[in-house]
This record gives sequence, C-alpha cells and structure tokens, in this order.
Amino acid sequence: MRLKRLVLGAAVAGLVGVSVPATQAVAQDSLFVPLFTYRTGPFANSGIPIANGMHDYLAMLNARDGGIGGVKLNIQECETGYNDAKGVECYDSVKGKNPLVVNPYSTGITLALIPKASVDHIPVLSMAYGLSASAVGADFPWIFNPPDTYWDGMSIALKYIAEKEGGFAKLKGKTIGFIFLDVGYGREPIPLLNDFAKDYGFNVKMYPVPPSQMQSQGSVWLSVRRDRPDWMIMWGWGAMNPTAVTEAARTGYPMNHFIGVWWSGSEGDARPAGEAAKGYLSLNFNAVGANYPAIKDIEKYVIAKGQSQTPKDQIGENFYNRGVMNAVVIAEAIRNAQRITHKKVIDGADMRRGLETLQISEQRWKQIGLPEFAAPIHVTCQDHNGHGSVYVQQWTGKGWAKVSGWITPVKEKVIPLLYDAAKDYISKNQPWPKRTEPCDDKTL
Amino acid sequence: MHLLYDIFVSPFAQMVGAPDLLVQTLWDGLVSGVLYALIALGFVLIFKASGVFNFAQGIMVVFAALTLVGLYQHGVPAYAALALTLVVMLVLAFGVERLMLRPLVNQPEIILFMATFGLTYFLIGLGELIFGGDPKVMIASQLGLPSGSYRVTVARGFVQLQKIDIAAAIIASIMVVGLGVLFNRTRIGRALRAVADSHKAALSVGISLEQIWVIVWFAAGVVALATGIMWGARSDVSFALEIIALKALPVLILGGFTSIPGAIIGGLIIGVGEKLGDFYWGPLVGGGIESWFAYVIALVFLLFRPQGLFGERIIERL
Repeated sequence: MRLKRLVLGAAVAGLVGVSVPATQAVAQDSLFVPLFTYRTGPFANSGIPIANGMHDYLAMLNARDGGIGGVKLNIQECETGYNDAKGVECYDSVKGKNPLVVNPYSTGITLALIPKASVDHIPVLSMAYGLSASAVGADFPWIFNPPDTYWDGMSIALKYIAEKEGGFAKLKGKTIGFIFLDVGYGREPIPLLNDFAKDYGFNVKMYPVPPSQMQSQGSVWLSVRRDRPDWMIMWGWGAMNPTAVTEAARTGYPMNHFIGVWWSGSEGDARPAGEAAKGYLSLNFNAVGANYPAIKDIEKYVIAKGQSQTPKDQIGENFYNRGVMNAVVIAEAIRNAQRITHKKVIDGADMRRGLETLQISEQRWKQIGLPEFAAPIHVTCQDHNGHGSVYVQQWTGKGWAKVSGWITPVKEKVIPLLYDAAKDYISKNQPWPKRTEPCDDKTL
Repeated sequence: MHLLYDIFVSPFAQMVGAPDLLVQTLWDGLVSGVLYALIALGFVLIFKASGVFNFAQGIMVVFAALTLVGLYQHGVPAYAALALTLVVMLVLAFGVERLMLRPLVNQPEIILFMATFGLTYFLIGLGELIFGGDPKVMIASQLGLPSGSYRVTVARGFVQLQKIDIAAAIIASIMVVGLGVLFNRTRIGRALRAVADSHKAALSVGISLEQIWVIVWFAAGVVALATGIMWGARSDVSFALEIIALKALPVLILGGFTSIPGAIIGGLIIGVGEKLGDFYWGPLVGGGIESWFAYVIALVFLLFRPQGLFGERIIERL
C-alpha cells in the first residue's frame, strides 16, 4: 500500500516536472497557434522571456482586437525543455489539430521537423535560427527563417570586426576565436566562418562548449588566454551565456572585443557578471525597451488583467521583445494569409502562402504599434529569410545600448553558399520532394 | 610522427615554455577538484547510509540555491536566508526519511534508487512552482564572499587567483574535512558504517535508522547548499546547476561510492586531470573534451585498480 502511494506520488511529481502536451480541443472557428516553449530545464533562462513575449502579444490581439480578422487565436504552449525528442513529441501532439505554424525554438528540433513539414503541410517558422539553407524557398517551401540566417549573423559579426579593424583586408593574420554551444545550433555558422577565414587570411580558434560543461568553462577561457584571439565571437544559449561572459571578465578578456550572436544578448546573460561585463557586445535585430504602443497595450490588456506569467521588470527586456517580434511575424503572416485567400479561418497551407509573401515595412511596424522596432522584413517564394539588417548593442552595466547603425549581411557571400548548402542537404536526404506548391509572388 | 609529437612532446614543451599557464591550470583544476569532491561527498554520504545512489543530489543543489536566493529576494536578510535554507534542507531530510525511506526499509536497493528519481522530479516541479524557471543571481557578496582576484607573477607571466575560488576551496576543504571527521571519528560515523553494512544488524544493536537517515540527508543538503552557492556564484542560479552533479560521477567511479577519502582524492585527480587534458591535449581533437576526459581518467585508473582508489578488494569464493 505504501509502495503504491509512493509510486503514485512519484508519477504525480513526474507530471509536474515534465512537459504538458497541448490537449485542449481546437475549435473549428479559431486559429490554432501552438507555441513550443521551454520554461524549465537548463535553457529556461533564455526560454522564459521569449515564451512570455510570444504569448503576451498574441493574447493581447485576442483581448484588444478579438483575434485576427475577427477570429480568435487559440494559443497553446507545449514544453520542450529544449530537448529534441520532447520537441518532436510536441509536434506529434499538435499536428492533427490544424496548427497554422510551429515555432520549435530550437535548431535541433527544427532540424528534426524539416522533413516532416512538407509531408504534414505544416509550416515551420524558425525565426533567425535553424538550418540556414532552409532560406532557399525553392527547396524548402514549408520552412521559414526570417529575418536572418546564422550565416547572415556571422557575416555581420565579421563585418563589424572588419570595420573596427579598418576593413576586411586588415583581418589578415588576426585570430578570431569562436566559442559555441557544441550542438547543431552552435556548429551551424562554422562553414561560413571558415570560408571567410580562407578568403581574408585570418586564423580561427574553435572553443566548443558541450552542454554538460555550460557552467564550467574555466579551461575554455584559459585556452583563450593562451591563444590570445584578437576577437571572440559567441554562439551560446541558456546557462552557457552568463557563464561565458563571467569567465571572459574573470580572464580579463577585453569585453569590447567579445561579440555574441542575437541569442547571446539577453539582460540575464550579462547581468550576473556585474560591472565586469561592461562593454560586452551582441548582435540584435529587435529593439529593447517597453516604450512602444503595442507593448503598452500588452501591459493594459494582458498583464494588468493577470493573464500573463511575465514579471513586470521583464517587460521590454531583449528576449521578451524577441518573443513579441516572433509573435508579430506569426500574426502578420496570418493577416496576410487571410488577405490573399479571402478566408477568415485558414489552415497550414494558407499560412504557408501568408508567410511566403510576408512584408513588414517600416510603415507597417509603425501601424502595428512598434515603430522602428526592427528592420523591414521581406519574404518571397524564392527567399524565405529576407537577410535583414542587424545592429550591435553593448552592455552598459545596467542595460543594452545600441552602438551601431543597421548592418546588412554580406549577401554576395552568404546567398551563394546557402544555395550550395541547400543542394548538399537535399543530396544527403534523398528522396527529397520537389516543390509543387504554387508561388503567389511569381519569384519562382 | 607528427601526431606522436603533438601527443607526447608538444604539451610538455608548452608546460615548460609557459609555466604560468601550467600553474593556472593546476590551480583551476584543484579548485574544481575540491568542489567535485564536495559534490561526490553528498553521494557518498547517502550511499554509505542507505546503499542508494541518490539521483536527486543534483536537484538538491538547485533547490538549496534557489531557496537561498528566493528568500533573499523576498526581503529576508542574507544570513537569515542562509539559516532558513538550512532549516528547509532539514525539513526536506525529515520529509525524505518519513515519506520515502521509512516505507521502503528492506526493499531492494533498486526500489530506493527509483524513489530518488521520483524525488528529483518532485523537487523540479516544486522548485519551478515556488521559484519559477528564471535564472537568479547568487547573493555571493551579501553572504560576505569576496570578489575580484589576486594577480601573482609566475615566471614571465601571471596567475590569476579569483578570491571567490580561494574562498570556495577553503570552505569546501573545511566541509570535506569536517564531514570526514564526523563520519570517521564519531559515534554517528560508526552508526553510519553499521547501517551501511546491514540495516537489520544495525537495528538489532539499537541504532536508529531513522535518525541516521535524517542526519545523512541533512548533511547531503548542506553539501548541496554549499555547492549551489559556489557554482551559482560562477554563473547564475538556475536549473542548469543540476548538471553540475554529474561531474561527481567520474569522481565516484575513481574514488568508490563508500570512501570519503576516495571522494576527496578522486575529486582532486579528476579536477586537475580534466583541466590538464582539456588544456594541453584537447586542441588535438578540436577541444571540448573536458566532459568525457574525466571518465577516461577514471576508467584508466580502474584498469589498474578495479576496486577504485580506496575500495577493498572483493574476493568471492565459488
């Protein structure tokens, strides 16, 4: 009897800890938007604010506008813990419920879902993460990764460094260190980095950080001290980020020569290192701060009414705004799909068309209530990414300050490589379905 | 030939050429080693008392650290929060004994092991429910732990000694020695060893199993709190800290599950060995070998001493 009680307790305890799949019924007259999130586990520090931002913006549209085009959004979260297997479980649990789009929020999960998307007719939106080559719309009609690929990000980081050093030619003989989470995400930009190194004659030092070593990077940074790279670029996530910033500061590495990708630039990444993190740089493509009409509406319609898990001091922080931006992309694609299909209640195939012709101009950002929040987004059948502009921000000790203008990726370098990589991916994943989906904007 | 040079000559040439980096590596390894020894002790204590590998040790680190920071964030002064956290760990020890261990006396060890899985998920759920999943900044300075570093000149270079690392090494050493004395030189220690040998025999000579279990689980809780403070100060306090407990596994393989000196020496060997391995030989294979190199060290030791560093040779007659 006692053993039975214990086992029951353990099972209940397990249920508290593990993911809760979306099980609610999906009404036919709603727009089902599942959000794959992670509020638990080693990557929760990065996952929570993004989950909050995504949820709050969509919930605000429901509360303020009654949804999109008069149809309520059915928002359901599925906890992945940033675990590939759990992410696929989440996908399987929602795919029969007419999801408009899935947001894996993990490159690993995205890679697992890419082959499934075209079979199940569910678009995958991997906003500035995932497989860079999936930007090639002719080969990946169901995958979208605006506003930038990781290769764009790497080219921008290198462009920024080159600008500080006096041009790409001045990089010859320099050493650039690359510290990365040793998973699919962290390894993704390596081909482009090596390609630039070959072209411009700089050396690359690799510093992989396995997930189990995220909080124990002492020897990595000792290697950095030995190798003395002129610049460090980081592709970190979760607990890896604050540890790396702290260790860099402890090692005495010049923080203004240390640049993180856009996923290594939350307040929580820099804050634990305190004053010592001052000067740390990161790429960003969304604004930071809460002084936007749309975010004020979130506060009014969602947070003030207790319909959010967001702590007040998190509103307007970088990753919260990142989540808001992700939700804007979803919402605008739904609006676009409704417009081009003349339907109020759309399905995944309609959403794919909405994503494939998505345009968020400067004017539209303003209309949404987020003026100058991000660079314009321009997706076409041919280009599922847009290769938008990114800026560099710097940690002041208290928050982020924008320290550059909008920087465009080195497209002439990135795009041909993307096409090669797409071909390579397809050749390795035969038989790969040939695109049969019509193109609304006639770019294909 | 080039490979042989890279393996057998180049690393040693680097050590001689840059002694400051060698000293720094050794220092970092020793600090990590002491902390690994501390984590391993948490496992050893519970294993000695109940024959159970406590899968929940990692989450206890997170739970203790989150409780400390959470209490502080709710306005409790730092030292009071520390004391209250100790009370919480004591309550947890009582709870584990009363609700988990007592009903399972004399059950096969695998059942107890599985129960610690249940405890892990329960503590994850409870921790997230109470404290949320947001990372928190460890209140190191509020607890009087130093910040900054000393820069010591070595040869033509320097060695940077972080004050927090020095404090961590001192505190961990005191705890390791204190726990070693408590469990080797006191009545409680003798009772603990008796319980480890046989629950039934210990009960028959009047040793209170319940009391011993509460003591060891509380001691493991204190160890978890110290670990959480030290590692939390190095990055942040989040559920990722749970992974740190896995660092104790090669230490346990090397030192044995029942030996307190084994945990200490094993911790130091693993700490220093993995840092040297990662720093000098890691670049040969692209770096990032620290996580598995520790296991290589442990397994190489086991080739020569299958019973572990301080384990007794088991001879079974057929």
